Amino acid sequence: MAQPLVKKDDDRDDEAEYSPFLGIEKGAVLQEARVFNDPQLDARRCSQVITKLLYLLNQGETFTKVEATEVFFAVTKLFQSRDIGLRRMVYLMIKELSPSADEVIIVTSSLMKDMNSKTDMYRANAIRVLCRITDGTLLTQIERYLKQAIVDKNPVVASAALVSGIHLLQTNPEIVKRWSNEVQEAVQSRAALVQFHALGLLHQIRQNDRLAVSKLVTSLTRGTVRSPLAQCLLIRYTTQVIRESGINTQTGDRPFYDFLESCLRHKAEMVIFEAARAITELNGVTSRELTPAITVLQLFLSSSKPVLRFAAVRTLNKVAMTHPMAVTNCNIDMESLISDQNRSIATLAITTLLKTGNESSVDRLMKQITNFMSDIADEFKIVVVEAIRSLCLKFPLKYRSLMNFLSNILREEGGFEYKKAIVDSIVILIRDIPDAKESGLLHLCEFIEDCEFTYLSTQILHFLGIEGPKTADPSKYIRYIYNRVHLENATVRAAAVSTLAKFGAMVDSLKPRIFVLLRRCVYDSDDEVRDRATLYLNTLGGDGAVVETDKDVKEFLFGSLDIPLGNLETSLKHYEPSEERFDINSVPKEVKSQPLAEKKASGKKPSGLGAPPSGPVSTVDAYEKLLSSISEFSDFGKLFKSSAPVELTEAETEYAVNAVKHIFDRHVVFQYNCTNTIPEQLLENVTVIVDASEAEEFSEALTKPLRSLPYDSPGQTFVAFEKPDGVPAVGKFSNMLRFIVKEVDTSTGEAEDDGVEDEYQLEDLDVVAADYMMKVGVSNFRNAWESIGEDFERVDEYGLGPRESLTEAVSAVISLLGMQPCEGTEVVPNNSRSHTCLLSGLFIGNVKVLVRLQFGIDGPKEVAMKLIVRSEDESVSDMIHEIVASG
Amino acid sequence: MESCPSIRNILLLDSEGKRVAVKYYTDDWPTNSAKEAFEKSVFTKTQKTNARTEAEIAMFENNIVVYKFVQDLHFFVTGGEDENELILSTVLQGFFDSVGLLLRGNVDKKEALENLDLILLCLDEIVDGGIILETDANVIAGKVASHSMDAGAPLSEQTISQALATAREHLTRSLLK
Repeated sequence: MAQPLVKKDDDRDDEAEYSPFLGIEKGAVLQEARVFNDPQLDARRCSQVITKLLYLLNQGETFTKVEATEVFFAVTKLFQSRDIGLRRMVYLMIKELSPSADEVIIVTSSLMKDMNSKTDMYRANAIRVLCRITDGTLLTQIERYLKQAIVDKNPVVASAALVSGIHLLQTNPEIVKRWSNEVQEAVQSRAALVQFHALGLLHQIRQNDRLAVSKLVTSLTRGTVRSPLAQCLLIRYTTQVIRESGINTQTGDRPFYDFLESCLRHKAEMVIFEAARAITELNGVTSRELTPAITVLQLFLSSSKPVLRFAAVRTLNKVAMTHPMAVTNCNIDMESLISDQNRSIATLAITTLLKTGNESSVDRLMKQITNFMSDIADEFKIVVVEAIRSLCLKFPLKYRSLMNFLSNILREEGGFEYKKAIVDSIVILIRDIPDAKESGLLHLCEFIEDCEFTYLSTQILHFLGIEGPKTADPSKYIRYIYNRVHLENATVRAAAVSTLAKFGAMVDSLKPRIFVLLRRCVYDSDDEVRDRATLYLNTLGGDGAVVETDKDVKEFLFGSLDIPLGNLETSLKHYEPSEERFDINSVPKEVKSQPLAEKKASGKKPSGLGAPPSGPVSTVDAYEKLLSSISEFSDFGKLFKSSAPVELTEAETEYAVNAVKHIFDRHVVFQYNCTNTIPEQLLENVTVIVDASEAEEFSEALTKPLRSLPYDSPGQTFVAFEKPDGVPAVGKFSNMLRFIVKEVDTSTGEAEDDGVEDEYQLEDLDVVAADYMMKVGVSNFRNAWESIGEDFERVDEYGLGPRESLTEAVSAVISLLGMQPCEGTEVVPNNSRSHTCLLSGLFIGNVKVLVRLQFGIDGPKEVAMKLIVRSEDESVSDMIHEIVASG
Repeated sequence: MESCPSIRNILLLDSEGKRVAVKYYTDDWPTNSAKEAFEKSVFTKTQKTNARTEAEIAMFENNIVVYKFVQDLHFFVTGGEDENELILSTVLQGFFDSVGLLLRGNVDKKEALENLDLILLCLDEIVDGGIILETDANVIAGKVASHSMDAGAPLSEQTISQALATAREHLTRSLLK
């Protein structure tokens, strides 16, 4: 029998929306909290009020400072009650209120009493509450009890102390580190979760000590670990040790691999999975090592639990990126997942299949996916489209069926992002697979016949204008383009007019017909369309005569505007109509960086070392802006390259300094980012004294000191050097930080008037050849290689001596040259004996450089390298060889 | 990866996506509106799935969410994208089952709200600041529903079973000494 519903006898209509908190109001509840002050405490009622307060907080209600303080003091009164349930609610409430330091003192004694109570529940919870709200000073007082608690017989108490230790390690590491003996003892605990928490804490205490971690792992992998969670932790720590220790060179065995493999036979699924995942993520994992892991993951694929299937397919998906062959065994199970109820699983299965599929299975796969596509969300479809694009690039011969697939889904319903992904994919395929061009362009033409997105229509029209005239029969596209002029909005019409003009310019035979069409556009209702039509008619010579389009016109039609539009806009706004014509050359060409990067930096709390800014583009912009704002550097010309910051101090020293090298044609500017990590000091007049005696070609030009450097707010000082024009001069610079230090009273924040001059030795800074090389990738290396020609090709061979592996040799040469690896050639397949690596870059003076490196390795790990350089300048080609020869 | 498995949040929502009880352990959602936006997107994306017999799983931005529904209650546990999915689902199962035990099988929104104190204590016993405390539903429910009286209180105020439990505890202690 179902229980009779309580409270049904109330007058209230028993509507579905009934809630005990209906109509609850903060003010009223705060009033109710007065019962906490009653001399005769009603524990039940107090619990209810606390529940209401917690409910309000949970719903996102906030208390003002005064309200919170009032509630807090009232709650502390409840320590008088001996009711366990109420005490538990009091603990919760205190944690939620997170009282301030002076309030904490009020409850400290009550909590410390509970910490030593006979009731385990009190001890455990009091520890957790106290550690949550405490600060460093109080911690030393209770440290003794915490150490005891860690080895307490009751597992709940021990876990509470250990977990609190994990949290406290973030704020008070030096105190928690003193507990390692107790924690070590707790690792041996018979209680499963105590072992888990102790292991977590012990590892965090010792994580910077590689030897200790290695010992810990060694002893535990031999012993017994009781809880699956602890076993998972052990697997994570083991992989860390494996990563740091490398493969045994004699036997080729990996230490601890046997342990990971044995975990695959553990009884808990979470451990099996953790181990399987760990194996797949090992550096340079071999297929022999992979096999057992793949086998268990394959079993998971057919589990009845969605979580297991998801975990397995997600891991296999990652493996497929690096070892597609290893995953092919699972293809049959994977195919059955295409119809999985859970769409995330289905999508992962499909993209995995697309990665592992071979040429012969493509057609069958596409058939299966077609059914699947109609009932998944756009975000998943985009993932699939991207996977198909890379598949097509892998098997260019299959472009026909893949292109058909793309054009079919292009015709179906879908949002903008999805359609854009498809169009982008088709465009990429057209570009990279010459055979696909004709059919791809026609698919796009058909798409714009019925396209609701203006952006996509204009993009496609632009693309048609470039690619269409180069096809065998350009005339067949004209109809599609001209239809746009009839049927679309003004933006698309204008784009269509431009496209027509491009066909006219490139294909002389079409010219008369294009002129007819353009003349019709002159009567368009929109002025932009009319203007464009008139302009093109005039530039192409639309007075009837069919003439060869001259080069200027082509340049005008096809060349890109090499001025940022934002700059053009501001210049035009400033231009005042006068006799003087607007000169487009007066528009600055530098891309103005948005102050976005700076906003981000200031929004975050500045970390110790002046937090290296994120994305590479934004840093370059930010540096450029920073340097151009300093008048002394304004005549140095355009910034060529800025290096990544180089640390000149150890971590956690008094002053943290890193340096960025800015390369100009005739100058090098060192930017020293300094951070003062001592709250009691204010530094003034900060400079870096640079000794350039080991850098003969450089002469110091100027120094820009930093006026003042307060605690924890990074500042910059600069030193500029002159160097011979365009020459990649190298050298070593030793640095000394010089400043005036003033004592600061931390309570008032005021600095004393008198300061003392002081110096601080920094590490040396090198300017190397790679600093003059900018990483610039090329999309198609072969084309770039052919087009740069062999005029300034230089070839030579080098012996690199014994190396640990080919990978290591390749990455050493890449970082020596500072160039951008192309087409993923920086990755060396496992166990290969030879490798070709393609690099591209821009050398100072804007000289394009391409490098083809051929590596070979023989038995005793001797690496030989053939270096072929092509560039636009003979001396630069020689220079690259010099860099390698001297490196 | 080398760190402890960690939980980003635990959510208990009703069948309209409204909060019954939620607990966040990271600063990834700094404001209440950020939290609500996350809850809303999680709720709408999972709403139509059938997570009643087995726990389901999905990815949102950089999070993995495992979830399970019963009656008009939706249980969610969120972890980072590199987290072991099975650990997350163990936590979810622990939460789900212990709530079932605490509400004596009547798991619905009304019952949950009426016993909100138990639900909140239950959350408190499962995860502490993102670190998993306990995943065994019996242990969790046992800790939450443990004797409502102080062990030091006079025996007359305890029920017989509580008195027995206390006596047993005293006995084992004296034996272990």
